[in-house]
Amino acid sequence: MSDEKEKVYFFDRPKNVDRLIMGFYAICVLLVIVDFVVHRHIGFSWEKIPAFYAIYGFVACVVLVVIAKKMRTALMREEGYYDERVGEKRVDDD
Amino acid sequence: MIELPPFLLYYAAALAVAFTRGLQRQVILLAAPVVTGLFLWLFISPGSEVTFSVMSFELTLLRVDKLSLLFGYLFCIASFFAGIFSLHVEDTKQHVAGLVYAGSALGAVFSGDLISLFIFWELLAISSVFLIWARGTERALKAGMRYLVYQVLSGVLLLAGALIYVSNTGSLAFNHIGLDAGLAGWLILIAFGIKSAFPFLHTWLTDGYPEATVTGTVILSAFTTKVAVYSLARGFAGEEILIYIGVTMACFPIFYAVIENDLRKVLAYSLINQVGFMVTGIGIGTALALNGAVAHAFSDVIFKGLLFMSMGAVLYRVNNINGSDLGGLYKSMPKTTLLCIVGALSISAFPLFSGFVSKSMVMTALMEEQHGYFWLLMLFASAGVFHHAGIKIPYFAFFHHDSGIRTEEAPPNMLVAMAVAAALCVFIGSQPQFLYALLPWEVDYWPYDVTHVLAQMQLLFFSALAFVWLNKQGLYPPELRSVNLDAEWFYRRLLPAGAQRTVRLLSDAQRSIVTTITTRVQGLQKEFDKSPMSKYYLAESWPTGSMVFWISAILGIFLLLDLFGLGR
Repeated sequence: MSDEKEKVYFFDRPKNVDRLIMGFYAICVLLVIVDFVVHRHIGFSWEKIPAFYAIYGFVACVVLVVIAKKMRTALMREEGYYDERVGEKRVDDD
Repeated sequence: MIELPPFLLYYAAALAVAFTRGLQRQVILLAAPVVTGLFLWLFISPGSEVTFSVMSFELTLLRVDKLSLLFGYLFCIASFFAGIFSLHVEDTKQHVAGLVYAGSALGAVFSGDLISLFIFWELLAISSVFLIWARGTERALKAGMRYLVYQVLSGVLLLAGALIYVSNTGSLAFNHIGLDAGLAGWLILIAFGIKSAFPFLHTWLTDGYPEATVTGTVILSAFTTKVAVYSLARGFAGEEILIYIGVTMACFPIFYAVIENDLRKVLAYSLINQVGFMVTGIGIGTALALNGAVAHAFSDVIFKGLLFMSMGAVLYRVNNINGSDLGGLYKSMPKTTLLCIVGALSISAFPLFSGFVSKSMVMTALMEEQHGYFWLLMLFASAGVFHHAGIKIPYFAFFHHDSGIRTEEAPPNMLVAMAVAAALCVFIGSQPQFLYALLPWEVDYWPYDVTHVLAQMQLLFFSALAFVWLNKQGLYPPELRSVNLDAEWFYRRLLPAGAQRTVRLLSDAQRSIVTTITTRVQGLQKEFDKSPMSKYYLAESWPTGSMVFWISAILGIFLLLDLFGLGR
């Protein structure tokens, strides 16, 4: 941890991160555009909604995370909850 | 044509490994899966059978059809890369346990009758627990104990179910059982259900696997649940209840996976989620769905093995696998990072990776059978997989903020093992016809069409977009050192607490009874002291010594009487 003259890695430059994210956004936009060009087979009626999978994927993940966060208030306990931390090596204690 | 149950090769290897060291042992470790795999490929074909009689039972130790062969190949592949991954390990008991465990898995899938299945079922349990205990921590010891209780319980239920089944039907053969078999069917289903981590019966997995050794978890993840999936596919195909169970299994663990800190535990939850897809496929029961279930088991063993290996490599180097403490490891472990990403893409079912060609069969089967709501839930689960296993695992371990940890790249054997698994993921994903040719049921299915690829890409990219957006908004739950309550709470907390409370209640009751009695006695004593009788010598309180004296006196008198033959 005391490498003073450490080399700068790829994601250490904010510019690279931004580029990556911009590229990612571009692909997302492209995928939605393709949805209007290409004809998808429809198995269920809701699949007719334009960009159904995109909307569903986004909403599903947001819902997932929001519910999971709420679950924490009910389910989260401190690490030693079951009270058997004996013999466990902790690398860094804070 | 040599017909030999393949588990014997593994047991022989386990014996050989126990008595060798160094290079010799490493050769045996690698030769066992290669030789067994070739043996299965070249000499064993559907229809082969080896039986032998014991105590008037005809046990079928080798019954071969395409279903058992597929799992046979799979287990050889899994123990091959797990063997490479654990080449550096010097602990003899881990190697022996690993080989016996893999051999028992082979034994189970080639068992033609319920008694042999039961024997291998228990051997799986007993051999695998050593992979947890080998960690050597007290936590591992206790988790292993709980794991073993579950596994043995599963075996006992299987045996009970099998015995009832035999007495009802007169047949030991392990073929379709179904719930029509009544009590026997239910007992066997629950036995299979424990090993395949049905909801509420799953905690042995999320409790035990993260506590196993670096290499142990990789081996564990390959066999137990997949033997159970195989058994369900053979015994309970088309049971509708399995759809409900499978969908639940696919959905609930992803919530836990999002908030779990121990990254190997995240993978354990994600393992249940993947088995959910298989169980659903088995519940649907059409040829396509069943093929999807076993094909997904095939892909899952490889990509989940790869993910467990990459996290194992991190644990091996950093000695820590908590998301809260890791980050920025791509700087020191770039190759591991890359291989982990291949595993992440595979489990997320990206086109050209293995998950895509197998999971899509189950999804298509749901659609063909018009299970609309289940299909939506499974789509939710698919998005969730990408979220927790596809993004979270690589992101929190290798990227995220720089934790300042600088370490070395994983050892060469680990890299080779991961590379083998990664290559298989890409190969299966891009050339699925080879896997499809091995599938047990005849189905004409091809995953790559525009609809499919586009739909999947949209689903995944927008799941990733949700991740990016939530992170930018600061809404993403941070990794916190914590324990999240799960079904295990009932027996790790409620039961012990209940027991403690009962004990306390009983001891309180005892104390109050004793106090009541003593006060009563004291009261009587006082009353007695007031009476004239208390003045007599015998009414005084006597020391214990005098009581002992009088008892020995009485005994002595009896002895004398006896010696002189008086009183007879």
